[in-house]
Amino acid sequence: MSSIGTGYDVSVSTYSPDGKVFQVEYAGKAVENSGTAIGIRVKDGVVLAVEKLIQSKLLVPGANRRIQNVDRHIGIATAGLLADGRHIVKRAREEAQSWRDIYRQPIDGPNIASRVGDYVAAYTLYSSVRPFGSSTIIATMDNTGPKLYMVEPSGLYWGYHGTAIGKGRQVAKTEIEKLNLAEMTCREAVKHAARIIYNVHDDAKDKEFELELSWVCEESKGLHQVVPKEIADEAEQLAKAALTEDMDDD
Amino acid sequence: MSGLKPGEVNLGTSIMAVQFEGGVIIGADSRTTTGSYIANRVTDKLTEVHDTIYCCRSGSAADTQAVADIVHYYLQMYTVQNGKPTVPLAASLFQELCYQNKDSLSAGIIVGGWDKVNGGSVWNIPLGGSLHRQPFAIGGSGSTYIYGYCDAKYRDGMNQEECIEFVKNSLALAMSRDGSSGGVIRMAIITEKGVERIFVPGDKLPVHWEG
Repeated sequence: MSSIGTGYDVSVSTYSPDGKVFQVEYAGKAVENSGTAIGIRVKDGVVLAVEKLIQSKLLVPGANRRIQNVDRHIGIATAGLLADGRHIVKRAREEAQSWRDIYRQPIDGPNIASRVGDYVAAYTLYSSVRPFGSSTIIATMDNTGPKLYMVEPSGLYWGYHGTAIGKGRQVAKTEIEKLNLAEMTCREAVKHAARIIYNVHDDAKDKEFELELSWVCEESKGLHQVVPKEIADEAEQLAKAALTEDMDDD
Repeated sequence: MSGLKPGEVNLGTSIMAVQFEGGVIIGADSRTTTGSYIANRVTDKLTEVHDTIYCCRSGSAADTQAVADIVHYYLQMYTVQNGKPTVPLAASLFQELCYQNKDSLSAGIIVGGWDKVNGGSVWNIPLGGSLHRQPFAIGGSGSTYIYGYCDAKYRDGMNQEECIEFVKNSLALAMSRDGSSGGVIRMAIITEKGVERIFVPGDKLPVHWEG
């Protein structure tokens, strides 16, 4: 599906004859080759899960998180160039704070997604900068309920019930589509999210990975937080068990 | 109170707002003075910043009109992008302007309105730019003469008619005592249904003890 953009792919301020901006597409490649991240929006909240590939045994477990907090009620998961993702989160935090400064209220889902989308899009307009090589999944919860958005390197974003980015996104999306998200609770969603991440992880191609799980839901009182250890551990056990189940059936 | 620059016109003023079940009553006198000359004796100090959100203006006429216009603009933009704003949101915008520009402004504003989330609410923003939600609020130079009266007369849980009488009588007393307040009483009833204006002409003002 990828076309060669010879000559038209050097600068982000150049269109190809078939209307593509190749630099933005190439930025998307960085995301496609990264560890999987998924977001699921259910009845009472949103769950984020990330397949954090471990590059070295020397890394401290639990460090170099790919899911970060913005304000108290927003969580952002990154896939692609992690440094770019951190930069986007930094900007999102500033946007959330500036909203609070003016309106004395927490920023809501549609508006934070719009601000992040606008920021990312701005970097696709000028040849003096490069587009961000990351997609970000944004989970929010406020008095209008839980919301889930995903922003791509082009700045394009949509609201989702479920979304997946990174290496295992095709398999993950298929799995997510099977779920009845409207009726599910966050507790159930955590188990499914863990199972899906374990499912998409390719032992052959990749090394070890850590599962990062976070949620923002009624049970967390509208705060975005790491899923409590007990619940996360249980979900991980079930996920591992589900894997071996699959392997036994031949 | 007079941080007014030379030539600036003063909304001497008595303004008031009261919250009741289902909405708010806001009220004001109608006198604008430059020194001792009454530049406008039929002023409308109740200004719309949104369908069901109004502000009562006291202090410098120019300053309060400018601030109200800016808030009106921001609320229009907000409505187009995000849907109807709430009264506390409008009050926060007023506060931001009044506080950040406190050195240049002479504006005492009371924000009153109705929204779906809070029902009726009253927000007082005095000179320094602080924000206070209150069941009822009074402001302007004339308010100093009715603090005792209002505290004595106010009761929780008054209905719409009782609130109207409360505002009318309080403002009438302030207007009779304060030289910078007078003219007619303008009131507005703000509820879910919208805004209904009430006008009390100068010769129909309630009369307190006059000897």
